[in-house]
Amino acid sequence: MLRADALREIYPELEQRIVVTIMGAVAAELYALGHRPNFFYMEHSMGLASSLGLGLALALPEQQVIVLDGDGSLLMNLGTLTTLARYRPPNLLHIVFDNSSLVSIGGFPTATASGAKLAEMARAAGMPLVMEAETSAQFRHAVTEALARRVMTTLVAKVEASGPASYRLDLDLLENRFQFKRYLDSLRSFS
Amino acid sequence: MPVSLEGARRIYEALKACDIRLVSALPETWLVPLLRLVEADQEMRLVQVAREEESIGIAAGAYFAGVPSVHVMQNHGLLAAINPLVSLAMLYKIPVLLLISYRGSWGERDPWQTQGGLVTEPVLRALTIPYYCLRREDDVARRLKEAQALALSALHPVAVLLTREVLWDDEEA
Repeated sequence: MLRADALREIYPELEQRIVVTIMGAVAAELYALGHRPNFFYMEHSMGLASSLGLGLALALPEQQVIVLDGDGSLLMNLGTLTTLARYRPPNLLHIVFDNSSLVSIGGFPTATASGAKLAEMARAAGMPLVMEAETSAQFRHAVTEALARRVMTTLVAKVEASGPASYRLDLDLLENRFQFKRYLDSLRSFS
Repeated sequence: MPVSLEGARRIYEALKACDIRLVSALPETWLVPLLRLVEADQEMRLVQVAREEESIGIAAGAYFAGVPSVHVMQNHGLLAAINPLVSLAMLYKIPVLLLISYRGSWGERDPWQTQGGLVTEPVLRALTIPYYCLRREDDVARRLKEAQALALSALHPVAVLLTREVLWDDEEA
């Protein structure tokens, strides 16, 4: 499965939800599908997208938060799995695109290429629900199910190690930050 | 008990006065009484992290969501969190209120704390993180309030260093 196709499959689910992505291919591909003020592309601090998502989910229990993580990023902060599992906000969906590669920098294999299993790590960390997907159809089904069940979920999606032609977003990172903050402020003022 | 309960109570009350709702922390000896008070408070959410870096991500999430938060760690934890302080908090202009136990400074008896003590303030200065070295219990409420105000106006991390004078009752003192 191509990550870009997987993202296209679930874009309708992302449109109205709070979405945090890691940097690189995921950010560029989601942006290319159509930017929204509720999307935050974390252009650095690898490993912390899920921590940021945890802060959002705990602070905004009425909203659903979706984190788009990657194998390289998650491997830089494996402890996050134990923290997510411990506090398990039911409104947090943690999606990990696993391409076994640091594709955005040219493709060094990560430890998942040599057998590390992120889904098993999430299970062993105590994650309430762990799902895996290898096709776009499985992926879409898993996302729909996780969002409907409202239980803290890690979904590991195996994708090909390919990225977009360009990683540039036509959006300054501070513009994204202030837009995202203003969007979340508006949610609170209407609630 | 050598950890100062009075210091912990003052800090906790100061956090209440700052309307803090979310506290992330990696517990250590000096911080235990404070974190127990936070844990027992129904209006505060304590999130115990596995590594201090996570706290900076959680801080950003809480800030975006409009929930006042504070992030509690030892000074060695600050050293572990340098990258996200730079490449998340400072890069994205996110206010982060840091409460840092200042080990390895005046009066320290644990040899393993001393190198961290030496570099704490130089590192904060190098990072351009404003900090206040809290030495008096009667100063706690004011300085925490001020630190929070500065973080929010500067959109920048601000640190309060909690010293031995505030968090520890030396037997001979």
